[in-house]
Amino acid sequence: MSHAIAKPGAEVRLQGIGKRYGAVQAVKPLDLTIEGGTLVTLLGPSGCGKTTLLRMIAGLEQATDGRLFIGGRDVTLLPAGARNVSMVFQSYALFPHMSVLDNVAYGLVSSGMRKRDAHGRAETALETVGLKGFGSRLPSEMSGGQQQRVAVARALVLEPEVLLFDEPLSNLDARLRRSMREEIRALQQRLGLTVVYVTHDQSEALAVSDRIVVMRNAEIAQAGTPEELYSQPNSVFVATFMGEANRVPGRIESIDGDRARVALGGLVLDLPARGLPAGPVDIVIRPEAVRVSAAEPGALPARVARATYMGSHAECHFETEVGSVFVVAPRGAARLRPGAEVGLVLDPEGVVLVAP
Amino acid sequence: MKAPSSLYTWSVAALGTLILPWHMQQDGVALGGLMALGQADPEAASALWQAIAHGRFWFWPVLAALALALPGALPFGSAARRAGFLLAGAGLGLAAIVSQGLAIGVQGWSTPWLTAMFGELGDRQFGVGLGGTLAFAGFVLLLTDGLALRGFFRGDRFVSGAVGVLVASIILFTAWPVTTVLSQMFTPRGDLSTAAALADRLFDQKIWGLSCVAANVNCGVFWNTLLLATSTASAATLLGLCFALIVTRTGFPLRRGLRLLTVLPIITPPFVIGLGLILIFGRSGVVNQLAEAMFGLELGRWIYGFNGVFLAQVFSFTPTAFLVLIGVVEGISPTMEEASQTLRASRMRTFSSVTLPLMVPGLANAWLVVFVESLADFGNPIVLGGSFGVLSTEIFFAVVGAQQDFGRAAVLAAVMLVVALVAFMVQRAVVGTRSYVSMTGKGDVGLPQPLPRRVKAVAFAVAIPWALLTIIVYTMALAGAFVRVWGRDWTPTLSHFQRAFALEWAPSGALIFAGGAWHSLFTTIQLAAVAAPLTAGLGLLAAWVLTRQRFAGRTALEFALMLTFAVPGTVIGVAYILTYNIPPLEITGTATILVVCFVFRNLPVGVRSGVAAMSQLDKSLDEAAVTLRASTFRAIRTVVLPLLKPAIVTALVYSFVRAMTTVSAVIFLVSAEYEMATVFIINRVINGDYGLAIAYCAVLIVLMMTAIGLINLLVGRRRLGRRQAAPPALPAGGRA
Repeated sequence: MSHAIAKPGAEVRLQGIGKRYGAVQAVKPLDLTIEGGTLVTLLGPSGCGKTTLLRMIAGLEQATDGRLFIGGRDVTLLPAGARNVSMVFQSYALFPHMSVLDNVAYGLVSSGMRKRDAHGRAETALETVGLKGFGSRLPSEMSGGQQQRVAVARALVLEPEVLLFDEPLSNLDARLRRSMREEIRALQQRLGLTVVYVTHDQSEALAVSDRIVVMRNAEIAQAGTPEELYSQPNSVFVATFMGEANRVPGRIESIDGDRARVALGGLVLDLPARGLPAGPVDIVIRPEAVRVSAAEPGALPARVARATYMGSHAECHFETEVGSVFVVAPRGAARLRPGAEVGLVLDPEGVVLVAP
Repeated sequence: MKAPSSLYTWSVAALGTLILPWHMQQDGVALGGLMALGQADPEAASALWQAIAHGRFWFWPVLAALALALPGALPFGSAARRAGFLLAGAGLGLAAIVSQGLAIGVQGWSTPWLTAMFGELGDRQFGVGLGGTLAFAGFVLLLTDGLALRGFFRGDRFVSGAVGVLVASIILFTAWPVTTVLSQMFTPRGDLSTAAALADRLFDQKIWGLSCVAANVNCGVFWNTLLLATSTASAATLLGLCFALIVTRTGFPLRRGLRLLTVLPIITPPFVIGLGLILIFGRSGVVNQLAEAMFGLELGRWIYGFNGVFLAQVFSFTPTAFLVLIGVVEGISPTMEEASQTLRASRMRTFSSVTLPLMVPGLANAWLVVFVESLADFGNPIVLGGSFGVLSTEIFFAVVGAQQDFGRAAVLAAVMLVVALVAFMVQRAVVGTRSYVSMTGKGDVGLPQPLPRRVKAVAFAVAIPWALLTIIVYTMALAGAFVRVWGRDWTPTLSHFQRAFALEWAPSGALIFAGGAWHSLFTTIQLAAVAAPLTAGLGLLAAWVLTRQRFAGRTALEFALMLTFAVPGTVIGVAYILTYNIPPLEITGTATILVVCFVFRNLPVGVRSGVAAMSQLDKSLDEAAVTLRASTFRAIRTVVLPLLKPAIVTALVYSFVRAMTTVSAVIFLVSAEYEMATVFIINRVINGDYGLAIAYCAVLIVLMMTAIGLINLLVGRRRLGRRQAAPPALPAGGRA
């Protein structure tokens, strides 16, 4: 539908990129390649350096280490306006004194396009985001979701090689957030854009990304597809950040190829070794990977601490010999009485070993 | 993408060096004189022609620098190579211009050791003119272009240029003059050597003497100044606090009226209060006359000296303290007081154990602000001081008096500068610890507690009489314009206005501005009008650079800028005449020096309103513009400036108004041709011609009230900059 916006996204390559503010290391030198046409999320708690990293790609901050390539071109020293990127800001940053159409056309006029042509292109871009006919309004006359779309249109209309999103949905209510993130994902796939997307909301990251880069303390904790990060976290931090997780201590008894025999309390489990040596190990158990059964061989003996009815499911806490375990169980489990003795059966799909 | 060329900037430098007359022309420059290549008179020739035809070899380095910078200015070659040429060329150019300017003056080599080294020069040069100025500016910008190409300032030429302009102007118009005035301390005097002269000046009894403690004579001016500033600051802070508490924490019906007090110091020419006090308490003042008529009492001259200056300063600066303290009292979170009350504290206990301690840093800040104002004040002491000398007036008399002792003026200026800088440092430290005054805007609901009864009673008992007194002083001051001779001949008259502002019709029908004040009024308005946009522009630029840009040395720049604001006006005045009296920058007696003085004295106004406005403006707005391919300049022009309109207008008007009321620095810089209104008035006061002085003040006050009223009408309470953070509820039919 939009002939105006059709440039395949470019690859972004970060080579030892880092940022220091005096003695403070905001981003430790890191390498990262973002393939053209993919959506990569930078995910992490506040203060982990993800926004600084995004702003370095945008050219709003200058890297103090390393080099940055966009589409194979070294842009490390170029100012923001000279890089072929555009950005959607957390606060949208729509110019309050300009109409929506002027806002969207702003970048084109800045690049030297005649105002009439720019307005034509801007109309098309507004149509792309479903805001046809809203051009003459002021940003303050639009709802939050609409402002968000104007911000996207304003960034898209420049046909950037890379589109950057800085926590774009954090100002929206929960319901709107869900539909907007689907819209953004659909738009990105339809136009084949390269998108770098910053968020601290893991479900948002899981929903939109081709790849997720989890950051912690100014460096990359782990990068991979959503599924990899969820099912094979390389640390307790990533495991707990990507969703609810129990962490219990265990011990690798022996290694056989890529499998490990792991002692968990009285149980012995056979799990992927993931290169870990024999000895103490942390076992990450997803709450939905535990089935509550009667006390039986092969099950972890447990006592019910409390069970809460949650409508679609039940949330139960158990005391076991390896510590307390949190379980998401079918809603029938809500009838378990505190103190009852049960067994917990683990589904190997949701159990993973990480270094202690 | 190729980095853009610096050819325009280079052309400016080239124009200044090759074509335009380098030196200042005595009678101004006619259009023909602009083409200074090939001028027979060396003084009217360009740098190039002076070097070629008149043997002025010292211009060759400047010309060489220009040539060296050219490859860097052209858009060819790698950025690193171009940056190298630009930095080398512009650096050499600036060094060459500065050193030749400083080395060769009106009498050849400007220092003996240069003469000793190179022999008599047999030539001379005057101050720089159009050519030299353009060349200097061009080289500065070439240098910043080079730095940007090197990757400094995130490669942004506009930012780098802005910083360059700011740094250059701080050096030229503050650092250099202040250094010059300080170095005057070391000039030998008479048969005394450098060290002896310095010691003699520095340890002068007239500055440090403490004999007043024991005997009935005057103390040294340092102690006078300190005593005055301390008393004034304490009294004004106390009064200001009472006013602030009444306005923010009571239901007093005239609260709004009290708030108007805060406008007074802005529109009041500096000696109106002094004049008002003389008309009330002076020898022929109302009170003295009444006392004599009713009780036969002779009250004498008690108003002249410490008493009068103190009273006048408290009147003048209480509104300033009030203004600062309104913000402080309003900044205290009511939640704290509510918490205290729920913990069973009485109102009095809440006030004394929560409210007051929270205000302490704010009170200290207000105290220091008034302290510095009192220190720098010139108008009140000159009118009321009598034999009670303070630093600012002593500096003035050292320069204009019969003694003409610049060394003494320099020492006094140094003392004043040190006191001002210490106060400034203390203030920064105090304001820096203000963190617990909660201004987060988060969860700050709750009602401010009413004042305890006793505190309220004290506040009213102090503030209301004072407010009435202020009104009386102002009324008296203005009434003085309408009687023939105050105290002797009470006949109502408009003759003072007529003498000042008479208009006559020439026989030919043309209008003649016959009044004595017209000339100075027009000059003042003209110069203030020229200075206002420069002040606002430079101030907003500085505010933008400081709030929106991050670069190495930003804190240093901010500190240097704040430091220049801390230099008292009198010091600047002395420094300017000493520095700009001789080449290379010979602008004493011109309108330029007055405009420069206005701009740098009032720059804080521009910076402050800029910073305030910009902190309301979401930073991502200009970042958005920059990522949308707008150059930094375009981003400022199309996004920042339109959203800052109210701040711009405010900065313009306030710098205009302040330029019209300033006296401390300007009094040193006026000349017969460029006389300022305030200086005109002060000369009338010194001659005892109060009627005319007051009439003139009245006109100024009306003029400035009009100006301020106009902006309040124009700008009003428009809230352009505020962006709504939360999505606003939309009127019906809006949702897509």
